[in-house]
Amino acid sequence: MGTQYFKGTKTLTRFIFRQQRFKILVWLISLTVITLSVAAAYPSIYKDEQSRQAASFTMDNPAMIAMLGPGYEIDEYVNSVGAMFANEMLLFTAIAVGIMSILLVGRTTRADEEDGRIEMIRALSVGRLSYASAAMIVIVSTNILLAVLIGVGLASLGIEGIGVEGSFLYGAILGATGLVFAALTAIFAQASETSRGTTMFSFMALIIAYLIRAIGDVSSEALSWLSPLGWTVRTGVFAGNDWWPVIVSFVFALVVGFVAFYLQSIRDLGSGFIAARKGRKNASAFLQTSLGLTFRLQRTNIIAWAIGLFLLSSSFGAILGDLEAYFADIEFMEAFIEAESDYSLTEQFLTLLMAIMSLISLIPAVMVILKLKGEETKNLTENFYSRAVSRTRVLGSHFFLAVVVSFIMQSLVALGLWSVSGSVMDEPLSFVTTFSSAYVYLPAIWVVVALTILLVGAVPKLTGVVWLYVVYCFVVVYLGDLLDFPVWMNNLSVFSYIPQIPIDDMNVMTMGVLTLIAIGLSVIGFTGYNKRDIAG
Amino acid sequence: MTILKATHLTKKFGKFTALDGVNMEVNEGEVYGFIGPNGAGKSTTIRILLGMLKATQGEAKIFGKDVWSDAVDIHKRIAYVPGDVNLWPTLSGGEVIDLFMKMNGSTNYRKREELIERFNFDPTKKSRTYSKGNRQKVALIAAFASDADLFILDEPTSGLDPLMEHIFQECVLEAKRAGKSVLLSSHILSEVEKLCDRVGIIRQGKMIETGTLDELRHLTRTNLTIETKEPIPSLKERKGIHNIEKNDSALTFQVDTEEMDAVIRYISEFGILKLESAPPKLEDLFMRHYQGAEHSKSRVEGSL
Ligand SMILES: Nc1ncnc2c1ncn2[C@@H]1O[C@H](COP(=O)(O)OP(=O)(O)OP(=O)(O)O)[C@@H](O)[C@H]1O
Ligand SMILES: [Mg+2]
Repeated sequence: MGTQYFKGTKTLTRFIFRQQRFKILVWLISLTVITLSVAAAYPSIYKDEQSRQAASFTMDNPAMIAMLGPGYEIDEYVNSVGAMFANEMLLFTAIAVGIMSILLVGRTTRADEEDGRIEMIRALSVGRLSYASAAMIVIVSTNILLAVLIGVGLASLGIEGIGVEGSFLYGAILGATGLVFAALTAIFAQASETSRGTTMFSFMALIIAYLIRAIGDVSSEALSWLSPLGWTVRTGVFAGNDWWPVIVSFVFALVVGFVAFYLQSIRDLGSGFIAARKGRKNASAFLQTSLGLTFRLQRTNIIAWAIGLFLLSSSFGAILGDLEAYFADIEFMEAFIEAESDYSLTEQFLTLLMAIMSLISLIPAVMVILKLKGEETKNLTENFYSRAVSRTRVLGSHFFLAVVVSFIMQSLVALGLWSVSGSVMDEPLSFVTTFSSAYVYLPAIWVVVALTILLVGAVPKLTGVVWLYVVYCFVVVYLGDLLDFPVWMNNLSVFSYIPQIPIDDMNVMTMGVLTLIAIGLSVIGFTGYNKRDIAG
Repeated sequence: MTILKATHLTKKFGKFTALDGVNMEVNEGEVYGFIGPNGAGKSTTIRILLGMLKATQGEAKIFGKDVWSDAVDIHKRIAYVPGDVNLWPTLSGGEVIDLFMKMNGSTNYRKREELIERFNFDPTKKSRTYSKGNRQKVALIAAFASDADLFILDEPTSGLDPLMEHIFQECVLEAKRAGKSVLLSSHILSEVEKLCDRVGIIRQGKMIETGTLDELRHLTRTNLTIETKEPIPSLKERKGIHNIEKNDSALTFQVDTEEMDAVIRYISEFGILKLESAPPKLEDLFMRHYQGAEHSKSRVEGSL
């Protein structure tokens, strides 16, 4: 039975590793470098007990708990800069590791199968489960390697408050969380017939896990226990150092992984457990338009993002009520956050929230444009360009759709926050404030969308660069103040120019200039696209 | 009237020259066969004709318009079928056919239904589930249902079963009868022989032969089997004779068509007992061209 199922696993492991080594390397290096450089910066940010005390007050409120996890006791923060570090970094790093695992597993299981690569390999003398086992060995090794790198790295920094046990626990829980999402993705790869479906279900699981944990951490601990990310934040790294969440995650990943293997062994190659539906005999009038087709091909993706963003912003809306009550209780808190008396603390919190949510809305808008490049790689654009359809028209449909998507996403973000917070707050956010604080980010989103157009049109080999830029903008918003970036580094992110409504005033000039830049970039993109060879 | 005219097309991918001065002319109402070994540059030529690749040098015109700058205009009167049809996995076959027809600007639903029937195609399935041949049918149905004036077909029958192949050939002949032109690239030589009026052969990015099938046949060799009363001395030294084989008393060899007269005169001096001739096979013609001059010479030297 061994040979029937597992023959050739060793060779395939090496093969998959070679195929994915670049991606794995980039993930491991970026995760390690970001973690270590942030950790190294902490002692200088929180030099003395006083500053730690001050910061710990800002941590201990429902909004922060919902965003980052339950956190620590105040004296734990005061005693250890590590606790502060873990509270701010652990959850989001764990999510990044989850994303890494989802993408890697999605790629090496369903995507390879969908594209027919596994069929070629199955025809050789290898076992039924060899490819899946090899993929799993690669992902498990990657996560273990990550755990060790981060554990050793943190421990070797020798920062007071970031102890050896804590460092290894920090690495281990990241790796274990990665394995949980790897295993879940493996299950979805069995269920869905497409790689898009697989990653979509997996990301949905990640978002749901985050939301359940957020609601649970704020209101009911039992609920948080249902979410793998709830386990992640219950390690008490650098304070209590609980190892059980690592064990629970590991066992969970093992069990789910086994189920995935079982399902893999009983299904046909190329099939999934969720059957495909029958299609229509004719194309609707809407589908026959260029924009209609562009939308139809991305419909599921757009709807999924719309729902996800709405849920995320409504959950933050729900927390705003708690936050307001909390701020009301502790009046002296006002002393810590810049007390611009014109604006409530919730309004100040709103600006940070909007910056982050706008960056998330940016992702589906960029994906709309990148889809065109994906279609070209799959030789699908040939279907347009061998017929009477111009390049400007096709790229234009994608551009238009991306702008509409950015508008819809920002509207949903504002709507979720405004409607839910309105029902739980004593002094609700005003409709105009909430919506304008969301829409003010549109020009920045358009600049990045236009940058994507430029890449797809003029330098198609480098389209991936746009994701680096998006990540860079994230880092600036999330860590820019904390790491005290120089001004020019902040200025590289278009999002830095956006006035933070309601604290800043609306700046029509900036909006106009950004929109003009967006138009300029897209013109270059359109021109390039009309001049270059189309690969397929 | 000339529908398609390409002059001196050259295409470089970086340093690699995929096309090197290709000329081509397709006339109205003509089926033009475009053949050559793998990687010769057929698909590259066709992609330039479709305005998807920009020629490094040279120009091509279809209906008198430039293929790069007037692509959209030209495509209103063109139907294209690639050898590897890629479809959007989430759309059904029927939806894709409608889309393709709409993009071509024609909506002949009666023809669409008729072709779906003839090709025995189920349009309600999601494209993801179609087999290779069925994906091919989607493009073929959309192409023949449109009323294009020029059909550009790049290995259109790869993956079709013999029955469907037959229906495809009927469709091409119907198009020809309706006065349309066809550019057909194919590896199936019997198909080319049956359908094409003229043929162009491309090898390593160069057009090495163009002409009607008869003209090309003329360039090839006839197989002769003979028996003579007296043995023939020094046959292999004579011009235009190749691949001599001897079984018992009979001699089999090939003769270049242009040397036929001289060879027959020469061997008749030795008293012919038996003479059989077989017409040149198209297959041989292509093999000779595909393999290139150097190769066939070495084959001749290796014989006898
Ligand atoms: N985008 C590209 N970049 C580099 N080289 C290319 C590119 N496209 C084609 N080629 C090369 O150009 C040559 C001609 O390819 P082409 O696809 O035109 O051949 P073909 O005659 O259609 O062959 P086949 O019969 O196999 O379809 C090949 O050597 C191929 O590798
Ligand atoms: Mg080809």
